[in-house]
Amino acid sequence: MIKNISNLGDAAVYCDFGKEVNKEINSNVIKYFYSIRNQKIKGINNLTPSYNKLIISFDLKLTNFKEIKKKIENLNINEAFVQNNKKITIPVCCEATFGLDIDILEKKLSLKREKILENFFNKEYFCYMTGFIAGMPFLGNLNKNMHTKRLETPRVRVPKGSVGITEQFANIYTFESPGGWNIIGNTPVEVFDSGNEKDPNMISPGDEVTFNEISLDEYKSYHEQ
Amino acid sequence: MNINLIMNNNYFEIIRAGINTTFQDEGRDNLYHIGIPFSGAMDRRNFYLANKLVNNVLNAPIVEFAYQGPQLKYVGDKLNISVTGDVVFKIKKNDTEIVGNCYESYQIENGDEINILSTNKSVYGYLAIGAEIDLNYQWKSCSINTRAKIGSNNGNKLTDGQKFNLLNINTKQNKKKLNYINSKVENLRIIKGTNFDYFSLEGAKNFFSKQFIVSKLSDRMGMRLEGPKIENIVNSNIKSEGLIKGVIQVPADGNPIIMLSDHGTIGGYPKIGVVASVDYDRLVQISPGSKIKFQEIELSDAETLFKLYEMETQNLLSQI
Repeated sequence: MIKNISNLGDAAVYCDFGKEVNKEINSNVIKYFYSIRNQKIKGINNLTPSYNKLIISFDLKLTNFKEIKKKIENLNINEAFVQNNKKITIPVCCEATFGLDIDILEKKLSLKREKILENFFNKEYFCYMTGFIAGMPFLGNLNKNMHTKRLETPRVRVPKGSVGITEQFANIYTFESPGGWNIIGNTPVEVFDSGNEKDPNMISPGDEVTFNEISLDEYKSYHEQ
Repeated sequence: MNINLIMNNNYFEIIRAGINTTFQDEGRDNLYHIGIPFSGAMDRRNFYLANKLVNNVLNAPIVEFAYQGPQLKYVGDKLNISVTGDVVFKIKKNDTEIVGNCYESYQIENGDEINILSTNKSVYGYLAIGAEIDLNYQWKSCSINTRAKIGSNNGNKLTDGQKFNLLNINTKQNKKKLNYINSKVENLRIIKGTNFDYFSLEGAKNFFSKQFIVSKLSDRMGMRLEGPKIENIVNSNIKSEGLIKGVIQVPADGNPIIMLSDHGTIGGYPKIGVVASVDYDRLVQISPGSKIKFQEIELSDAETLFKLYEMETQNLLSQI
């Protein structure tokens, strides 16, 4: 299932599962991720699954590229591995204060606001990976008529909770951060909780996510409930 | 009873916090998949040496500072401290002030002040304290990651006027000294990256022959470089994938960015190369405005050089 294994520097193994981004390839990546984790291989100190790659970091004091590569090639992948996928609904408010780029999107996509929101909310998304900043989920896939590039000039500060789109993907900014995604709304939900060390991410790879639109009043009263 | 309470109350008061002062240890592993980087002390060798000089375990929490360090007033029982890096600092006892030497332990007393003025033509310095700093841990590490607000001090840099408490103080004088000078690097050894063939021959040649200048926009997350344009002939974006520290990404503007210990865990720019682990401690010490060059190295050589560097670190530790 891995197409090619190479070294990334002297302390990481780069596993390439293909060029395309789809559920099948991503599920393979995630299967390897869990299988390697369960094996507790000496020296491996981090794993980063993404759309179609898996990066395995290791401690160069304890092992090396050759050793880890061999172990990955001879690994028993648990095909029967069942992911405990969750279905999650995230409330999003798209009022003017939050939907920072809806006006720009109307032009870029040649779609009216109503149609953009209809397309966005009438969709079930798949979580391919989490990261960049802690807990940020990368979700797909948007309808073809919603695909658009990043902002030409990225924002220095994207507000926490912002929900953005780019290409076929949607994401949630779990912290205030620089970023170039087109922002269509904001969620009052804490998608990352550093106080919960065992399970800090609300959304994990493999999960299914839907968004539901809420009003400004509902947004404001969200934390009072 | 009352006396005991007072005796146990040992703390540092931060008169001036400095520019980027945090608590760090070895950092936290196995969290890339949820978006949390290693963090931890930037320059590992100097972190370990500082702790050894005050007889701490090597991975004990430490005060890390950049450029200008903190000014601290100490209240409590006698205590050993040490400073490592290339650091200018003073210790004030009553009315006398001494200029401190790096790689030497000092015993300080109630009312003494440590004033860390600057890191001399380098970036990071370390203050080790011969005690247990009373800190919160997240994922078994106190390392402060200001971006994700993780670690001790609620994930924030230290600020003026704050206090931090010390427990289990080693009051016995522990006189230690090491003859050591930090070596500088100008040529960073690089292993070709997974997207090396995204760049034109000319671009690749520029990368391995021309000088780059370290930009002011550098911090614990990354080091930005300015120099000759590295032309991309395939695509200035890749499908986002994992990053590791030392990776050199080249975005559309052609200016390389080197990922450092607090880096974002996922990135979408092509990877032209990765800094060899042997050069990481010295890489982070290169200050803005400095000129650097990249030199290609094979994986097997990088592995050998890292082993030698590790042996050298162990050797230095054994001299303390």
